[in-house]
Amino acid sequence: MKNKFMKVLLAVVLVSALFTSCKPKNTGNAVAGNAEKAYVAPGKYDEFYNFVSGGFSGQLSVYGLPSGRLFRVIPVFSVDPEKGWGYSEETKPMLNTSQGFVPWDDLHHTELSQTNGEVDGRWVFGNANNTPRIARIDLKTFKTAEIIELPNSGGNHSSPFITENTEYVVAGTRFSVPADYSNGDVAINTYKENFKGHISFVKVGKEGEMDLAFQIVTPGVNFDLSHAGKGKSHGWFFFSCYNTEQANTLLEVNASQKDKDFIMAVNWKKAEEYLKSGKAKKQSVKYAHNKWNEKTHTATSEIKNEVMVLDAAELKDICYMIPCPKSPHGCDVDPTGEYIVGSGKLAALIPVFSFDKLQDAIKNKKFDGNYGGINVIKYEAALHGEVQKPGLGPLHTEFDGKGNAYTTFFVSSEVVKWDIKSLKVLDRVPTYYSVGHLCIPGGDSKKPFGKYLIAYNKITKDRYLPTGPELAQSAQIFDISGDKMELVLDFPTIGEPHYAQAAPADLIRNNGQLKFYKIADNNHPFVAKGEKEAKVVRSGNRVDVYMTSIRSHFAPDNIEGIKLGDEVYFHVTNLEQDWDVPHGFAVKGADNGELLIMPGETATLKWKPNRVGIFPMYCTDFCSALHQEMQGYIRVSPAGSSVPLTWSVGTNLPKTK
Amino acid sequence: MKTYKISTVSKAILLIVAILFIGSLFVPMWQIELEAPQYPEGLVLKLHANKIGGDVEIINGLNHYIGMATLHTENFFEFTILPYIFGGFAAISLLLIFIAKRKAVLIFFISYILFVVLAAIDFYRWNYEYGHNLDPNAAIKVPGMAYQPPLIGYKQLLNFGAYSVPDTGGWMLTACGLLLFFIIFKEYKLFTKKKIN
Repeated sequence: MKNKFMKVLLAVVLVSALFTSCKPKNTGNAVAGNAEKAYVAPGKYDEFYNFVSGGFSGQLSVYGLPSGRLFRVIPVFSVDPEKGWGYSEETKPMLNTSQGFVPWDDLHHTELSQTNGEVDGRWVFGNANNTPRIARIDLKTFKTAEIIELPNSGGNHSSPFITENTEYVVAGTRFSVPADYSNGDVAINTYKENFKGHISFVKVGKEGEMDLAFQIVTPGVNFDLSHAGKGKSHGWFFFSCYNTEQANTLLEVNASQKDKDFIMAVNWKKAEEYLKSGKAKKQSVKYAHNKWNEKTHTATSEIKNEVMVLDAAELKDICYMIPCPKSPHGCDVDPTGEYIVGSGKLAALIPVFSFDKLQDAIKNKKFDGNYGGINVIKYEAALHGEVQKPGLGPLHTEFDGKGNAYTTFFVSSEVVKWDIKSLKVLDRVPTYYSVGHLCIPGGDSKKPFGKYLIAYNKITKDRYLPTGPELAQSAQIFDISGDKMELVLDFPTIGEPHYAQAAPADLIRNNGQLKFYKIADNNHPFVAKGEKEAKVVRSGNRVDVYMTSIRSHFAPDNIEGIKLGDEVYFHVTNLEQDWDVPHGFAVKGADNGELLIMPGETATLKWKPNRVGIFPMYCTDFCSALHQEMQGYIRVSPAGSSVPLTWSVGTNLPKTK
Repeated sequence: MKTYKISTVSKAILLIVAILFIGSLFVPMWQIELEAPQYPEGLVLKLHANKIGGDVEIINGLNHYIGMATLHTENFFEFTILPYIFGGFAAISLLLIFIAKRKAVLIFFISYILFVVLAAIDFYRWNYEYGHNLDPNAAIKVPGMAYQPPLIGYKQLLNFGAYSVPDTGGWMLTACGLLLFFIIFKEYKLFTKKKIN
C-alpha cells in the first residue's frame, strides 16, 4: 500500500516535471554573460547613435547603442514647453500648416540621409502621420530645421524614405481622400469614384532644403510603407499598398478580402522625364513650408499654392503593380538592390521579388491585366521565391550586409533570420512582446553595420516594474554578430518607438557638431549683443524687452511701467560664448512655456499679464553657482497708470535717508 | 688686451638665435592651463609677445565670482614693448655676427639673463596683483584665499588647478639663452681643462 502510494506519487512528480519542462519559458532572460555587451562604462561613449521615432509623442528621441541610454528628445511635430518649442515666438511658425497651428502629431519613421547609398550623418528625416508632413532634423545642431506639408494626403505613413543620394524624400497617403484640387464634399461610400491616392516626391537640395517636386496620382488605396531601390535598382521606388478592395468602412474585414494586394514599383527617373516634358498637370492646392533660420534664430512659414501632378493611369511606364499576398506592410530592399521583400501582415510566408525579373517582366509585358489603369505584373514573373513558414504576421525586414535578412513577426512575436538567396530560415528569437519595426544600424542602406539588431515592441506587459495602466514602451537589443541572435538588453523608450535608424557614433560626433552659436552672427531683429544694448521699448500696448542673460544675472532685472492690457515680449539673448551654458527664462503666471536659450541665441516669450502686482522672473536652467540668484521683478500697474517705463540692473537701490 | 674673434660655428649659432627671437613673436610664449571638474576639456590662457590669447573671454566671465579683474591686452604696457624688445634682441644677435667679439656676446648674454629675471619679476607682480586685488563685493569670498597663479608649475585655486608653463615661444627664448651660453662656453674655452703650467 505504502509502496504503491510512493509509486503513484513518483509518477505524478515525473509527469508534472515533463509538462513543466515542455512549457516554453516566457521570461526570455538574456544570458548573464551578455550583460557586459550592453555595458558602456561611465564617461565612455556608445558605438552608435539610435534615432528612435517617438510615435504618438510626435518627437524624435536619441539613444546610445548598445547601452540604451537616452541622450535627448528632439521636439519635431509636437509642442514641448520644456524647450519652448511651439511656445516661443520664433518656433511657432515651425508648427504652422495649411490648417493653421497644429500642436501635435504622430512621428512614425526616421530616415538618415545617405550618399551613395550609405548613411552620411547630415540629417535625419521624420514623417507626420496625422497632418501629413515631413521634417528634416539637422544633425549638427540636433534641431528641427525644416518642415514641409503634403497636399492631397491623409495619413502620411510610407514616409520619409529617401533615394540613395538623398535626391528625394517621399511620402504616400495612407488614407486615400478626394484630392484637394477636387470637390471634397462627397459621400464617403463613393470611395471608388472620388477618392485618390497621391504619392509625393520631395526634392532635397545640397543644404537639405526641401521642395515638393511632383506627386503621382493613383487609384484610391492605402499606401503603407516604401523603400527606394539602390545600386542597380536606383531610380525606382517601391510602395506597399493594401485595401485594394477600396473599402471605406470596417477595413479590418473589408480590406482583408483579397488574396493579394500590391507593391507598387515607381520608376521615378521616368517620372522626372515626364515632369520635364510637361506631362504633369499643375494643380491648385495649399500647403505650408516652414524653415528655421540659424542666423535669426527664427522660423518662417510660407504657404504654397501649386503642385505638379502626374497621372499613373495615363503615363503607363511610371508605375507597375506587383501582386503581394495579404495586405503587405513592410517593403524592404536588400543592400544589393536586387531583392525586394514584401511582408503581408496576414500572410504565413514572405515573398521576395527580384528587380531583374521585374525588369524582364516589364520588357516582355508579362502583365496580368491592370488595376485602375496601372499594369499589374504577373506574380510569378517578378518573384525570386518565398520564405516558407517563417512565422506569423511578417512586418518589417532589415539586412546585415552579410547576405542575411531579419524579419519581425507581430503575431508570433519573434525576429527571424533568413538567407536572402536560399530563402532558408537560419535562426529565430522571441521578442517581448509583439515586435513592430526593427533596426540594424545602416540596415536599410547599401552598407549595414550588422552588429546589433534592435526590436521595437508594441506590447510591454510584465517587462518592467508596473506603472499603472499606462506602461513604458519597450525596445530590445540583440547581438547579431554571431550565427545566433542573442538578447543583450531591454530598454524603455519615450512615446511609441515606432521605427528607428542608427549610425556609427563617429560619423555624427565628427560631423562638425555645433557647440554654441556665435553672438556676432546673431541676426535676430531683437538681439541685444551686450548689456549696453539691453532696453525696454514701448509702442502702444506692445512692450519689447531686449534682455540679456549671462552668469548670473539678467539685464534688465527690474522693470517698472508695464500696464494691464500690455503685451510684453521678452527677447532674451544668452550672451555666453562657451559650451553647455544654456540659460532659461520663465515669468510667473505666463500662459506659455519657458524659454531655453542656448549660448549666442535669442528667444522670445510672449506674456500678457492679467493682474496688477509684482511678477518674479528667473533663470530655469541651473547655470552656475549663483543660478538661484539669477532672478528679477516686473511691476505691473493698472491700465492708465502714470508709472514711467524704467528698467535697470544693479542700480535700482533703496532710497537713502 | 687681445680681443678674441668668435668662430664661424658661433656666428652660425648667433644667426639661429636671431631667427628664434623673431620666431618667438609669432607663437605664444607662456601658457596657464586651468582645469576644473566643470571644465574637463580645460581652459587655457596663452600669453603672446603682443597679446593675451586662448579662452580669455570665458575666463573673464568666471573671474567675477571671486572678484578678480578681467584681463584685457590693452591693460598691459608689456604687450606693446615686448615685440620691440625681441626684435631688438634679434637685431643685436645679427649685429654680433659682424662684431664677432666674444666679450660682446658675453655682455649680451648677461643683459639677456637680466631681462629674463626682470620679466619673471614683472610676471610675478602681475600674478600677485590679479590674485590679491579682489573686488570686496565679490560673490565668493574665502578668508585668506588669494588666487595668484604660480610663476611656474602647479597650484590649486579653489576648484581650478592652475598649471603655468612656457609655451612654444618660451621654449624658443630658453633655447636662445642656452645657445648664447654655449657660445660663451665655447669661446672662453671652458670645455677644455686649463693647462697646468
